[in-house]
Amino acid sequence: MDLTLKIWRQATASEKGKFVEYQVHNISADASFLEMLDVLNEELVRKGEDPVAFDHDCREGICGACSLYINGRPHGPDKGITTCQMHMRRFKDGETIVIEPWRAKPFPVIKDLMVDRTAFDEIIQAGGYVSINTGGVPDANAIPIPKRDADTAMDAAACIGCGACVAACKNASAMLFVAAKVSQLAVLPQGKIEARERVQNMVAKMDELGFGNCTNTYACEAECPKEISVSHIARMNREYLSAKLLSQKK
Amino acid sequence: MSKTVTYSSVAKKIIMSLAGLFLTSFLVVHLLINLLILFDKSLELFNQAAHFMATNPLIQTFQYVLFFGFILHIILGVVLQIQNWVARPVRYERKGSSEQSYFSKFMIHTGAIIFIFLIIHFANFFVKAKFGHIDSITYDSGTYENLGQLVVMLFSDGGYVIFYVIAILLLGFHLEHGFQSAFQSLGLNHSRYTPFIKGLGTVFSILVTLGFIAIPLVIYFSF
Ligand code: SF4
Ligand code: FES
Repeated sequence: MDLTLKIWRQATASEKGKFVEYQVHNISADASFLEMLDVLNEELVRKGEDPVAFDHDCREGICGACSLYINGRPHGPDKGITTCQMHMRRFKDGETIVIEPWRAKPFPVIKDLMVDRTAFDEIIQAGGYVSINTGGVPDANAIPIPKRDADTAMDAAACIGCGACVAACKNASAMLFVAAKVSQLAVLPQGKIEARERVQNMVAKMDELGFGNCTNTYACEAECPKEISVSHIARMNREYLSAKLLSQKK
Repeated sequence: MSKTVTYSSVAKKIIMSLAGLFLTSFLVVHLLINLLILFDKSLELFNQAAHFMATNPLIQTFQYVLFFGFILHIILGVVLQIQNWVARPVRYERKGSSEQSYFSKFMIHTGAIIFIFLIIHFANFFVKAKFGHIDSITYDSGTYENLGQLVVMLFSDGGYVIFYVIAILLLGFHLEHGFQSAFQSLGLNHSRYTPFIKGLGTVFSILVTLGFIAIPLVIYFSF
């Protein structure tokens, strides 16, 4: 396949960036999107030019490192997969592909297509953990958990923290990510104990970092590579409301 | 106002949804009263209902709650939107459109036009009814201000009818997203009821839109 790539190039966080067009030739339809970028980068290095910086790690859809806003969609045109799992057969020969970094105030560009997602770590630090002593590893079934709750927690735990939800949202809201973390812990007995403080602290941190407000467009759910459901957002709203109404006076 | 900015995003959305649902309930009452015009060309039923609304002390008190609801909904909507614009300082070159609730994209736009409509509507009816002079009309049941006549007169102007119909269409779009969105914001999401709520929201917004649109059209063409 021959392709035209329109890629956002930005040398450092403070410099102004711009789109640069590149041509790539003889790309295998079975190559992954990142492999296609590797081909481009090898060529750039051969020519003595600066290769395009992009995030990646596992390349098997589980780490959440890869990103890229491809032709108007985070992680490209396929549903339920990450950029590293997307193959070039999804594109037409001769197509022009526009590649942009995630755009959100709390996700500043580090270089080219790489953004700083420390904001997500800060939200986790604000409450995405269990700090009570839960003892050693319990025997299987020693703590009975309804199957439905276990499934809900597992579904929420599938979030890999990639940030596609923020990138897709017209408001750059991080609600799906935060809701996944809140849900995952709120439905399990070990997490329930701190549920009220957790949801308030994580929401406060999310707002403080400058993410937008959720307006229930549900673009996040459509673009999430792990297909996290917006029902988790509703659960978080519910948790938040009851925490605000029922928390004891400090 | 400064307090609304410091409320958390989730709290603002909860207040927004409650205000929205409250305004929606007002819409229903308003529509039902308006429809009386179509069922009684002598306008007696409508004038009677309008008289009741204007004189009942409970409803008069409630009017202030209603104003408050409007102001809250509008101010919060603007605050949320500004914060959301600020949250993405650099726009995308090729903007996607993955929204699953289509009209969610245009809430600020439909909202702004509805707001303009509201001001004109307010000047046309409310201010005239409250502070201006309106002729009286006497029926067997009593003497009322002939508000119905004012409605019929305004809707005999084709330009105004078109403006009104467009504004109501936009209101319908606003409701289509807003109705189900309010439930989501309040955390009322349930595998069994959410599909129903979404369907209900769509049917509701279509019915309200058709209801409000029917009135000026019927008046324009057959009164
Ligand atoms: S919710 Fe989905 S899109 Fe958002 S960070 Fe988690 S995995 Fe990525
Ligand atoms: S590189 Fe790990 S998910 Fe794509």
